[in-house]
Amino acid sequence: MTGRGLKTLSIATVLFLMAGFALVFLWVPMDADQGFKQKIFYLHVPLAIVALLGFIAGGIEGYRHLRSGDRRHDANSYVFIHISVVFGVAVLVTGAIWAKASWGYWWVWDEPTLVSFLIVFLLYCTYYPFRYAIEDRDRQARYASVFAITAGAFVPLNFMAVRMAESVIHPRVFATSEGGLPDSMLLTFLVCFVGMGLLWITLVKTEMVGKKVSGQVSRLRRTLHDDGTGGGSVGGRIAPSVESN
Amino acid sequence: MTPSRSAFAALLAKDLRTELRTMRSLPAMVLFAVTTFIIFRYGLDRTTLSGSLAGGVLWTTLLFAGILGINRIFVSELEEGGFDAIRLAPIDRTVLFTSKASALFIYLLVLEAIVVPVFALFFLPDWSALIPLLPFLLGANLGFAVLGTLISSMAVNSRARDLLVPLLLLPLVVPLMIAVTAVSAGLFDAAGPDYEGFGTWLLVVGLYDGIFLLVGYAVFDFLLED
Repeated sequence: MTGRGLKTLSIATVLFLMAGFALVFLWVPMDADQGFKQKIFYLHVPLAIVALLGFIAGGIEGYRHLRSGDRRHDANSYVFIHISVVFGVAVLVTGAIWAKASWGYWWVWDEPTLVSFLIVFLLYCTYYPFRYAIEDRDRQARYASVFAITAGAFVPLNFMAVRMAESVIHPRVFATSEGGLPDSMLLTFLVCFVGMGLLWITLVKTEMVGKKVSGQVSRLRRTLHDDGTGGGSVGGRIAPSVESN
Repeated sequence: MTPSRSAFAALLAKDLRTELRTMRSLPAMVLFAVTTFIIFRYGLDRTTLSGSLAGGVLWTTLLFAGILGINRIFVSELEEGGFDAIRLAPIDRTVLFTSKASALFIYLLVLEAIVVPVFALFFLPDWSALIPLLPFLLGANLGFAVLGTLISSMAVNSRARDLLVPLLLLPLVVPLMIAVTAVSAGLFDAAGPDYEGFGTWLLVVGLYDGIFLLVGYAVFDFLLED
C-alpha cells in the first residue's frame, strides 16, 4: 500500500463529510421529539457503526494473517483496530453528550447500545498493553491476530447479550432503526455514514503510509550504521512494521 | 484409544495429579472466595441476600476466584518446559487446549462444590434455588474454562502475565455474567425461585460457550507455534 490515491481519498472524504453536515444543518427537518439536539445522531451513529465494522474487519485481517502468515495482514489488523479505537473515543464522547442533552445525564445505563459499546471499547483498549507485553515479533503478530479474532467474534455476541438484559422498555428515538426513519433523514444519515467510512479508510491509509515510511527510514539507518558500530532502530518495536516490496 | 485421546487423558491426569500433590491453585481459590463473602457481608452490610444482590455477590466472587486459577493454569508448563514437550510430541496441539480447559472446568467445579454451599449457608434463607442454578454453574464453568485457557495461554508468554489475564478476560465474560446474573436474580428471589427467562438465558450461555469453544479450538494451534 502506498501513498497513491491518498489525495483523492482525502478530497472525497472532505466532500462527503461537508455535504453530510450541510444536509444535517441546512436541509434535514428537525426531529419532532428532540429538536436540534437530535442532529448529533448523524455524527454519533455513523462513527459507532464504522468503528464496529473496523473491529470486525480487524478480526478478519487477523484470521487472514494466521492463514497466510503474511505480516501485512497483521499490520492491517493493527491499524484497523487502532483507528477504530480512536473512533471509539469519539463515539463515547458524542454518546455522552447526546445522553446529557436528551436525558440530563452524561451516562445512562439503560441504553444498551452505549453500554455494549463501552464494553467492546474496553476490551479493545487491552489490545495495546497485550501487544506491547510480547517481545518476540512473530509471536506478537500471531497473538495479536488471535486476540483480534476472539474479540471480533465477541462484538456481535456482546451486543446481543446487553440488549437482552434490557428488560425495561426505554423510549428510544431510533428504536425502529433505519426502516423507521423518514427518507430525508435516511439520506442524510447515509451521506454522513459514507463520509465517516471514507474518513476511516483515509486514516487507515495514512497510518499505513506512515508505518511504511518509518520502516524504510529505520532500514536505511540500519544500513548506514552497518559499519560495525551496530545500528539503532527507529519506528518502534511495538507496532507492526510494513515491509516494502 | 486414538493418539489424541490418550494424549488428552494423559495431560489431564498429569494436571490433576500435580494439583492434588502441590495444591497450588484450588485452596487459594476457595480461601479467596470465602474471604470475599465476608468482605461483601460488611461491604454491603447485609446478613442475608436475595434477588440480584445474591446473584451478583455469588457470580462476582466465583469469577474473581476463577481468575486466580486461570492465572496459574499455564505457569507450570512454561516453567517446567511443558510447552516444548507438547511441541515435540507427535500429537495434535489442540489436545493441550482441551486438556487445560477440562482441568480448569474441574477446578471450577470443585471450587463451586465447596463455595456455593458456603454461600448458601452464609447468606441464603432458602436453599431451593441451588438445584435450578446447576445448569448455569456448569455452563458458566465451560465458558470460563474455554476463555480462561485461551487468554491464559496468550498471557503466559508475555511480560505482564498476571496483569493481562483479568484485563483481557473481564470484558470478554461480560455477556456470560449478564446471562447468569440475570437468571440468578430471579432464582434467588425472596419470594421463592422465579424461572422467568430461564430457557432463553440458558440458550445464551450455550451459544456463548459454543462460539468460544469453536474460536478457541480454531486458533489455539497458532499460540503454540514457535
